[in-house]
Amino acid sequence: MGSQTDILIAGGGLNGATLALALAASGFDVTVVDPQPVAVRADPEFDGRGYALALSSQRALSALGIWPKVAEHAQPILDIKIVDGRVGSTPSSMVLEFDHAEIEEGPMGFMMEDRFLRAALLGAMEDSDRITQLSGIAVTAQDVGASGVTVTLSNGESVTAQLLIGCDGKKSQVAQRAGIRRTGWSYGQTALVCAIAHEKPHHGTAHQYFMPAGPLAILPLPGNRSTIVWTETDAQAARINALDDAGYLEVLRPRFGEFLGPITLAGTRFSYPLTLSVANKFIADRIALVGDAAHAVHPIAGQGLNAGLKDVAALAEVLTMARRRGEDIGRTDVLIRYQQWRRFDTATLALATDTFNRLFSNDNSILRLGRDLGLGVVNALPGLRRSFIREAAGLTGDVPRLSRGLPL
Amino acid sequence: MQSAQNTIDDAEIAKFQAMAAEWWNPDGMFKPLHMLNPCRLDYITSQIAAEFDRDLSGDAPFAGLRILDIGCGGGLLSEPMARLGADVVGADAAERNIPVARLHAEQSGLTIDYRHTSAEALADAGEQFDVVLNMEVVEHVSDPQAYINACHALLKPGGLMVCSTINRNPKSFAMAIVGAEYIMRWLPKGTHEWSKFITPDELYKLIENAGLDPVDRKGFVFNPISWSWRLSDRDLSVNYVTASVRRA
Repeated sequence: MGSQTDILIAGGGLNGATLALALAASGFDVTVVDPQPVAVRADPEFDGRGYALALSSQRALSALGIWPKVAEHAQPILDIKIVDGRVGSTPSSMVLEFDHAEIEEGPMGFMMEDRFLRAALLGAMEDSDRITQLSGIAVTAQDVGASGVTVTLSNGESVTAQLLIGCDGKKSQVAQRAGIRRTGWSYGQTALVCAIAHEKPHHGTAHQYFMPAGPLAILPLPGNRSTIVWTETDAQAARINALDDAGYLEVLRPRFGEFLGPITLAGTRFSYPLTLSVANKFIADRIALVGDAAHAVHPIAGQGLNAGLKDVAALAEVLTMARRRGEDIGRTDVLIRYQQWRRFDTATLALATDTFNRLFSNDNSILRLGRDLGLGVVNALPGLRRSFIREAAGLTGDVPRLSRGLPL
Repeated sequence: MQSAQNTIDDAEIAKFQAMAAEWWNPDGMFKPLHMLNPCRLDYITSQIAAEFDRDLSGDAPFAGLRILDIGCGGGLLSEPMARLGADVVGADAAERNIPVARLHAEQSGLTIDYRHTSAEALADAGEQFDVVLNMEVVEHVSDPQAYINACHALLKPGGLMVCSTINRNPKSFAMAIVGAEYIMRWLPKGTHEWSKFITPDELYKLIENAGLDPVDRKGFVFNPISWSWRLSDRDLSVNYVTASVRRA
C-alpha cells in the first residue's frame, strides 16, 4: 500500500512547479515527481537560458507570489523590432516596430533568466507544506482505476492520486502510457541559444531578424547582455555547433550586426532541434497534459513557456472550481472543461507560428516582397499593431484568472 | 447499510454495477443531469456557504452539516456534498437506485447513508437536517403541497431547502419534453408530464404555505452554443431553482 495525495504531477520543471504552487494555494495536496535531483535542477550557475515572459505569465507568477522574488532580475521588454534581413546586408527598409507605449498594460513582457525563475519556484515548493517533492525519481507505470490513479515509481514505491498531470515535456511518458497519440513534424531546423555580452546598451529592445534559414531573436537581459535564439537548418547548425567559441562568434557577427557594438559569448551554448508536437487530446480518464506534453510548438516567438503557463492557469482554475463544488476532479467531465478552454488557443498558436516560420524562413523573392509589404501594412495600422502586441503579451481570448493576476 | 448489501447476490451486483456506470457516464442516459450538475452545485454550495457562513475554499467546508438529498438517484449531488465534508443521507423512492448509489460511493471512497424511503416517511420518523436538497423532484410527486410540508418538517429550525423544478409555459414544453425527450433523446420519453410542471409563483406559494421563507430564486439557462448551463437572475422560463429557510 503506497501513499496518497490529491494530485500527482509528473515533471517538476517550470510548468509543473507553477502548477503545483497554484494547486497547493487552492488547498490540494500535491506530489511532484521529477527524475532530476534537486541539486541539478537548482543549479545557480548562469547558463544563458532565458524566457521572454508575456504579461499573462508575469501576472500569474505575481498572483502566486513568485514574481517579487525574481523581479529584481527581470528586464522589461519596452520595444520589439522585427526586421526582414539577409546575412551581411542592410535590413529591409520595412521594419515592424512594437512599442509598449501603444498598450496601456505597461511593458510588453519581461526577459527572465532560467536560473532565477527555477530557483524561486523550487524554493516556494520547499516552503509549501502541501507540496511533496520526490526528486531523482521517475514514474514507471500508471494504473487508472474507478476512483484514482496509482503510479509506480522508480524507487519501487507507489502513490495513489485522484488525478495525474503530465508536465513531462513533448516526449511525455504520461501521455504515451495513457495511449494518447501525437501529431507533429520536424522543421529541419535547430535553435542555437546562448547569452551574448555587448558593449552598447540595448535599451530594453528585443529584435527579431527573419533570415532565410530561420529567425534570429536578440532578447535583452539585465546589463549589457542579451540572449539569442538563432535558428539555422539542421545541417548548418551542426556545422556551427562543431566550431569553437571564436568560430561560433565569427558566424554570428554578420547576422547579429553591429548596432550593439563588439560582442562576446557570456554563457554556455545550447542547441535545440525544432519540432512541432501536439497531443491528439489533452486529457484522459484521471489524466491531464500541460505545456509541451500537450503542445510543443516552434519557439519562434518565445511562446512555449507562455502557452504552458496559460495551461497551468486554466487547469488550476478548472480544478479549483471543481473542488469547491465537491466534484471528483479526475473525471473526464471535469477535465474536458480544461481541454475545451485550451485546445483552440493552442491550435491557433501552433498554426500561426508554423505559418509565420514557413513564410519567413524563405528566400523566395515574391514571398519576401509580400511579407515586406505585410510588415509595412501591419506597421502602418495602429489598431492592427496593437492587437499583435496584445496577442504576444497573452492578453487576448478567454483569459484565466491567474493570467490576469487574480487569485483563484 | 451493510446488512442490506449482504442480501444481494452476485448477478444483482453485476446489474447494479452496470447501472452505476450508466448513472455516472457523462455521455450516457443522464447526460443532461451531468451537464446541469456544475451549475446546480454552484448554486447549492454558494447558498449553503452563505446560510451557514462556510468558506468554500477551505478543507471540508460542510463539516458538521447534516444534508438530505431527496431523489438522490445515482448520487450525483450526494457525493459532492459528502466530499465537502457533510454528513449525507440520500433518499430515493426507486429501490433499485439505492444499491447503485451505494456501490458508486464505495468506489469513490465516500461514506453516504443511502436509503430507500420517501420525504414523508423520513419526516414521520422525526429525522431532521440542516439542509434539504429537493432537486427536480416536486414536478414528479402526486401532492406537491404535502410533499413540501414534509420537507419543512425535515428541516431543523434555521435550516435551508434548495428546490429546483421546471416552469410551466409553452417554452418549457418545447424544451423539456419535445427537446430533451423526443429530439435530443436526453431523457426517456414520458420522464416528464407537462401538466405537473410548476410556475415560480406556484412554487413560492407551496413553500410559504408550508411555513418556509423563500430567500432566493434563479434560472438555469442552457446555452446551445457553449453547450453549457449558467445561472440567471432573470430568466426563470424553463429550469429554475429556489432557496428557502425555516425560521429559527
